Parts: sequence; C-alpha cells; structure tokens
Amino acid sequence: METEVVHTNFKSEEYFINMGPQHPATHGVLRLLLTIDGEIIKKVEPDLGYIHRSIEKMCERDSYQQIVHLTDRMDYLSANINNEAVCLAVENALQLEIPERVKVIRTIIGELTRISSHCLWWGVMGMDVGALTTYFYGFRDREMINDIMEETCGARLTMNYNVPGGLMLDIHPNFVKRVKDFIAHFKTKLPEYDRLLTGNVIFKKRTVGVGVLSKEDAISFGASGPVGRASGYSCDVRKHHPYSAYDKVTFNESLKTEGDTYARYLVRIQEMWESLSIIEQLIDIIPEGEHRVKTNAVIKLPKGEYFQKVETARGELGVYIISTGTKSPYRLKFRSPGFSNLSLLNHIAVGGKIGDLVATMATLDLVIPDIDR
Amino acid sequence: MTNQELQQIIGSWQPELEFTEEESQFLNIQVPAKHLHNLMARLKSDPETQFDYLFCLSGVDWGEKLGIVYHLESTTKRHIVVVKVTAEERETPVLDSVYDIWATAEFHEREVFDFFGIKFINHPNLKRLFLTEDWIGYPLRKDYEDETNMILY
Repeated sequence: METEVVHTNFKSEEYFINMGPQHPATHGVLRLLLTIDGEIIKKVEPDLGYIHRSIEKMCERDSYQQIVHLTDRMDYLSANINNEAVCLAVENALQLEIPERVKVIRTIIGELTRISSHCLWWGVMGMDVGALTTYFYGFRDREMINDIMEETCGARLTMNYNVPGGLMLDIHPNFVKRVKDFIAHFKTKLPEYDRLLTGNVIFKKRTVGVGVLSKEDAISFGASGPVGRASGYSCDVRKHHPYSAYDKVTFNESLKTEGDTYARYLVRIQEMWESLSIIEQLIDIIPEGEHRVKTNAVIKLPKGEYFQKVETARGELGVYIISTGTKSPYRLKFRSPGFSNLSLLNHIAVGGKIGDLVATMATLDLVIPDIDR
Repeated sequence: MTNQELQQIIGSWQPELEFTEEESQFLNIQVPAKHLHNLMARLKSDPETQFDYLFCLSGVDWGEKLGIVYHLESTTKRHIVVVKVTAEERETPVLDSVYDIWATAEFHEREVFDFFGIKFINHPNLKRLFLTEDWIGYPLRKDYEDETNMILY
C-alpha cells in the first residue's frame, strides 16, 4: 500500500545558480551568478571578462587609423557606427572639413547597420522566448543588408569602411539601386514581424509588465538607446547632439513610457521604421564630390581632450581621447552602451522569475564584446 | 546654460575649484579630492545645474598621480560639464564613491578599481570586475609591466 508523504515544514532556502558563460540566452560569454529562492530571483551578479582584450590599452600603442579597426571588434553589430565615432572624434580634433557626400553616405550606412542589428535582435528575441521562426525571418532580411555592405565595403560584419577623413572607397555603382530594392522589400516584411510576434498572446504574456525600469532609474543607471527610450527618457544622440547628416533629416524619436520588456520591444520595431524613413530621405540626394579628404599618413592630434558621442544600435557610445600631441592617444576611453545597460540588470530582474530574466536580457540587447572591451 | 554662467554658479559654491576651458570642448572643473562628494551631490541636486546623467567615468594615469574624469550632462537643461579629481597618493589612491548619486558609477568605479587600483570609499561591492581576483597589478597604469608581453610595443 502506498503511503503519501506530506511535507509541511519545508524551509525555503536561497541558493546560487550559474547562468552562462555558455548559456544561449546570454548571446556570448557572459556569466550571471543568480541568487534564487525557489524560482524567484533575489540577486543577479554579472561576472565579466571572459573575452576582455583591453582595447583601451592597445589604443595607447596604436595610431588613430589602427584604432578604427579595433572599434568594430567591440559592438560588432554596430561596427560602422563605432568606426564613425572614432573618425568623427579625430576629424573634429583636426578640424577637418568633411565633404557633404561623406556625411550623407555615413548616415545611410549607419542606418542600414541599425536595421541589420535590430533584425538580428528581433530574431534572437523571438528565439529567447520560444518562437524559433523569427530567427529565420530576421536573418533573411539582414542578409540583404550584408550583401549591400559586402559589395560596397568589401566585408559583411566588420566593415572598416570609415577612415579619418572620409570613406575608404567610394560607394559601389549598384549601391543606390540595391538600397532602394531593400527598402521596398523590407517595407513589405516589417509588417510580417508584427503579425508574427508583436500581437502574439504568449509573447505579450512573457513581456508585458516584465522588467520594469522607471525613467529616474534609467537616467541614474546611465541607460541609453532603446532601453532608455522605452522608459520615456529622451536620450537619442542623433536628436540632441546631431552628427553627420542627422541635422538634415526629419525623424521621430520613438518613445514609450511603460519601461517594460514589451515597450523596449516596440521601441526597436518603431526604430526600424524611422531608419527606413531616414534612408529614404537621403538616398536620392547623395551629393557629388570627393569621398575622402587627404590627411597626413601619420595623424597627430593637437594636445587636448576630445569627446565624441554617437548613437549605435544599442545606445550612446562615447569616445574620450586625451592627446599629448603624439601619434597615439595618451588615454582613450570607450563609454560603451552595453556596459551601462548591463549594470541595471540586477535592478530590474530582482523579484522576477528566471524566465523573465531571459526575456529582459533579450530586450537589453547586450553584445558581450561591447561590455568586455 | 553657457559655460560662463555655469562657472559663475558653481564657482560661488566653493572657492577651491579651478575652472578651465583650454584644450577641451567642455567646461572643466578641477576639484580637490576631499571636496569631491560634496560638489558632485550638489551638481546633481541643485535646481540650477541638475546634472542627473553621468555619461562617462574614466580613470586616467596622469603620471605622478592617478585621477578620475567625470563627464556629466543634464537631461533637462542639456548642458555638459567635466569634473576632474586626482587621488593624493599613487601607491594607495583613495577617493569617495559617487555611486549613491548616480547608480551607474557602481560598475564604472569597479572598472577603474580593476585597471587603476583606485579604492573607492563607501562603494558597496568593490572588487575586480574583468580580471581575476588573483591578478597582480593594474594594467592601465602607465608603469604596469606586462611580463607575458601580451601587448607588444
């Protein structure tokens, strides 16, 4: 005869669990030390440094042209925008007059990069919450951008297309046509994204009200990019400190006030529409002219301090250069968006379940090399 | 607010501050280490300045001394200021933590501790962030010698 054992005096007990460094939801080698009670998260402590390459130390040795190449090894999904940040800092320091053509092309390439990054994010976001189809949709559309990049820049991921003074090469003759083809294609596909995932009941149950970040906390934790904007914090560098050709285009900063995982999702979807609109405004008015101005083979910045911020797909990237007048910076600091966005993870994940943490991390859109610079 | 107005307002709080705009696009404030926390708290809370966004915190090895450079912005008034502080001693540098003013400083200060060895008073969790606990030395200091020669000059 079976006897039923009734446990009445179970004591709840906190314990540690490792998430990562080889966990698929961390998208890279990030290790999270979770303190949990049952399935409720009490504390999240990131353990970093698995792929730290000390790029800042290497920069103190390298010339400014070489530094540009290191930057797309940080946030590889925003490679072009990272390159642009260093180039702009160097150009501003040298007070170079950059041709309009370069500015417009940089803006178009930057927005293509943003769409491609968001496509990949959307794919893995769906996958993280259990919808595998999104992965293929996202990669299908991203492939078209990669092909455009391959034709014009010669590479698909780490393009190195920007150099101090302009662009490495002029755009490929097919560039304009292929970008227009992509816009036409993507305008029919982006609504598919919504039909597949945005209104999905299961998806909304996984994301609405999960990982809420208030506006005050967003500012205090230095959140930027879609993470900050989903909390109602207007932090778009393209609006507040326009660079390249962003002062010539009209676009809306996508803002939400809820601050939850679903709001961060919607902000990124909206940003893809805005990026399409920016490219459309510029693609027909690329001015004629030089694609590069001459710089010295050895670039020496005047003694002083320079700061340049740009809006990558993940948020605000800052480049802080201290120069003593030599061919390498005395100190170069990258203020990376992922690092600050990761620091608020503990704050918004505590009290939720492990499944919520996965969904929250997906919308923080962390790229680990950006954190482990 | 323009840099001159900022300088007037902030300069009236404490006499020990040094202002400069040379060799930089922003207004720079050099503050003695013992006044750092007071100044930072006031920069955030004062209704005239409202520097609520710490967007960059960098450790710098200035040669004889180690220091920190804080880049602050106001999200309401959109002005920017740079605060610089140097620690007294190079061997055992100590500074006040500003994590209670801006939460983002917690991680940034851990990074600085990791690479420059500056200790922060009142920091909640001061330990190495990227490197392992048993790492000897602080790699971003200028006098750091890399015995395994991983970064070749």
